[in-house]
Amino acid sequence: MRPILMKGHERPLTYLKYNKDGDLLFSCAKDHTPTLWFADNGERLGTYRGHNGAVWCCDVSRDSMRLITGSADQTAKLWNVQTGAQLYTFNFDSPARSVDFSVGDKLVVITTDPFMELTSAIHVKRIAGDHTEQTGESVLTLKGPQGRINRAVWGPLNRTIISAGEDAVIRIWDSETGKLLKEADKEIGHKKTITSLSKSADGSHFLTGSLDKSAKLWDSRTLTLIKTYVTERPVNAVTMSPLLDHVVLGGGQDASAVTTTDHRAGKFEAKFFDKILQEEIGGVKGHFGPINALAFNPDGKSFSSGGEDGYVRIHHFDPDYFNIKI
Amino acid sequence: MSVSMQTQPKIRWGELEEDDGEDLDFLLPPKQVIGPDDNGIKRVIEYKFNDDGNKVKITTTTRIRKLANARLSKRALERRNWAKFGDAVREDVGSRLTMVSTEEILIERPRAPGSKPEETKVAGDPLAQLGKGGAVLMVCRTCGKKGDHWTSRCPYKDLAASSEGFSEKPATSDAATAAAGAGKGAYVPPGMRAGAERTGTDMRRRNDENSVRVTNLSEDTREPDLLELFRTFGSVSRVYVAVDQKTGMSRGFGFVNFVNKDDAQRAINKLNGYGYDNLILRVEWATPRTN
Repeated sequence: MRPILMKGHERPLTYLKYNKDGDLLFSCAKDHTPTLWFADNGERLGTYRGHNGAVWCCDVSRDSMRLITGSADQTAKLWNVQTGAQLYTFNFDSPARSVDFSVGDKLVVITTDPFMELTSAIHVKRIAGDHTEQTGESVLTLKGPQGRINRAVWGPLNRTIISAGEDAVIRIWDSETGKLLKEADKEIGHKKTITSLSKSADGSHFLTGSLDKSAKLWDSRTLTLIKTYVTERPVNAVTMSPLLDHVVLGGGQDASAVTTTDHRAGKFEAKFFDKILQEEIGGVKGHFGPINALAFNPDGKSFSSGGEDGYVRIHHFDPDYFNIKI
Repeated sequence: MSVSMQTQPKIRWGELEEDDGEDLDFLLPPKQVIGPDDNGIKRVIEYKFNDDGNKVKITTTTRIRKLANARLSKRALERRNWAKFGDAVREDVGSRLTMVSTEEILIERPRAPGSKPEETKVAGDPLAQLGKGGAVLMVCRTCGKKGDHWTSRCPYKDLAASSEGFSEKPATSDAATAAAGAGKGAYVPPGMRAGAERTGTDMRRRNDENSVRVTNLSEDTREPDLLELFRTFGSVSRVYVAVDQKTGMSRGFGFVNFVNKDDAQRAINKLNGYGYDNLILRVEWATPRTN
């Protein structure tokens, strides 16, 4: 396959997100402008100007009309996808790290980093149908985990919130009462910071990637560990194919160590694993730095990766990919 | 890309400064997009004024490749025609934000497709294989461990950075020894073998021990001259003259390594204070002797 290279960002990529139909790709980077691309040919459709810091995460509503972004400038912003206009700004006292729309797009969960004396927190906000009525009030605020919460997503039927972060513990919270329901077992869980979390297409299970050089597959309801994928490098990004039983792990050594080591030792590949057999299928090379973001097109026929090198690469699979046998 | 010029009716430069470009833009023919035709060739013709006030026609020819025939929903087709916004509005044809990789990227399989499932088991669960007889064959070339993992899966692979740096060179000797002593398996350098000191200082110390420093050399002295001078005392393993990297001139000192210590001592006794090329040489042990 010949990947499409998109050089729209001047700083390392942080997050990639496809919309539901898989025709649009949103990219977030440490420069201040999230960008919208056509997912098939990589043409740039627009940029969302307004943030004043690194943009860590984004999510798009199911109807592809609203975009929410979380940024280090201590805000999360709601955008009109089509025009790039800012609809609303949620202000926080610390950098916003992750955002996730609930099923139905009525609620959003936003996590904020520990900052100055503040501890990290998970905020649930209501999204108004009409953006002029939008308020910044929190429906629920959860506190407790130590360190940064790198990802928080909605569990099945919006009943729970799944969070993971620097303390390497995955937690499931009740999204109504804010009670801590489950905590992953320290014995079987990750040993180091969890960097990424990606839900399966149906939400029944999710995948976490960690700096302990592994990715783990969990059941969304019971939080039982299903599978573990071991690799040679810290994992920065994970995603799952919605079509085949494949998971993709992206990573590489710390950005700070890149210049001091041989490029061959870097392992800046997106590694494909068989979801069930936990075995490596193959690697896709190309980035000149660690992979920070991965996303699978909802049709399962292409995936994109974003790297520390500032490039987004869209890979449309060759036909033989769909016949790979182990 | 072809560029053709037409001269404009004369414009005074003073005027040009003020209503630069934008006001004159209405004089230009509109942007034309032709194609893509059957071969996927798309032409975009644009007109603009260059710095000299001349009208320039810019034709950009691109080939459009059809990607996987994706079925788009009605909404997606609508989005196809959305107007650009943000920084994308000012984007001109020339800016190459999106490129197709010139390199064909393949999914690199960790092993050949269609290899035996037994082999799969080895890779997936090396411990299970340990009890079987075949496990002895599995020797890691990086860390020398037997039956634990294959070389490609060695957990210490990255630690052995020094050997990696030379990987191009020993590759041939590697193959040669492997062919010669097939029973022994892959070549392991003596320093890496079990029981050997892993530090690699051995060799260096041997060199240092018989290393002789020669100072007060004339600038014209080159390594062959030095070799000729010292060869008479015994076999020389290395001659080195320090050369200034910028000027290429000799810096006036060098080192000579002897195979035998006695030869080195004799050379020192004989040549220290020896007149060579109008200068009096100073010859001594390169490192202060401890014993």
